[in-house]
Amino acid sequence: MYEIQSLLHAELLCGEEYLQNEVYSACCSDMMSDVLAYVKDQGVLLTGLINPQVIRTASMMDMICVVFVRDKAPTEEMVELARECGIVVMCSPMRAYEACGHLYYSGLRGNAGDKHV
Amino acid sequence: MRVTNMSEAIRFHFDVDGENFSSAGEASVMVKKKLRQLGFSPDVMRRVSIAMYEGEINMVIHAHGGTADVIVGEDAIEIILADKGPGIPDINKAMQEGFSTASDNIRALGFGAGMGLPNMKKYTDYMQIDTEIGVGTTITMRVNY
Ligand SMILES: Nc1ncnc2c1ncn2[C@@H]1O[C@H](COP(=O)(O)OP(=O)(O)O)[C@@H](O)[C@H]1O
Ligand SMILES: [Mg+2]
Repeated sequence: MYEIQSLLHAELLCGEEYLQNEVYSACCSDMMSDVLAYVKDQGVLLTGLINPQVIRTASMMDMICVVFVRDKAPTEEMVELARECGIVVMCSPMRAYEACGHLYYSGLRGNAGDKHV
Repeated sequence: MRVTNMSEAIRFHFDVDGENFSSAGEASVMVKKKLRQLGFSPDVMRRVSIAMYEGEINMVIHAHGGTADVIVGEDAIEIILADKGPGIPDINKAMQEGFSTASDNIRALGFGAGMGLPNMKKYTDYMQIDTEIGVGTTITMRVNY
């Protein structure tokens, strides 16, 4: 996940101890309903939505990293919740489309493939 | 949260606050943590989590909150979500993928795609909806393990 942080010029808000873990796929959505219904084993969630349900949804789906795009800042309460759930939280200045493009181009696909970041 | 430990089952009880959206989903996060401590497999935890979380969110966005009970039985985990909300007029319709009465406000919060009930059905081995207009809704789900 170090590479995700550098590719997205992201600020790390919590979960430094998990950064060495690898992830194999990601998804991007502002609709938590869709994440719950369509996501399979994607480890990373990129979103522009800010509320505690983003973290809770990620936790329910066993995701290990949430990236907030467009410099949206999660609240301290959300970061604390992520800490409790063992989830890495980052904040990127990029827009969702751009951030996804960078990750996809570096080999992080939408479904669990064999390449990884 | 109240925990009761009888000889045959462990029971968790939660009051789900319907006035405060920011706490919606808390009970499900807690249950997942408990199931992990009890040593359940990732698959069972995931199925219980998704089904309960969808149901808990529904109670908050459609029914002003309610109660959630989770009973860890000998071969199944039972989830009972009870509310005193408006009830569901047409269960068949509500069970359809994409059917939702959620407002734009709810959608702006990331919910209301009309996939909750179908998802709950998909991830559980048993699901029953008891509902009466103006009285409330009780949803009972079971995940076998
Ligand atoms: N506990 C409930 N009380 C009243 N109505 C409900 C409840 N749960 C679900 N519904 C109704 O069923 C519809 C479908 O639910 P669901 O599949 O979870 O979709 P969504 O929550 O995204 O609208 C809801 O839009 C709502 O009209
Ligand atoms: Mg729903």
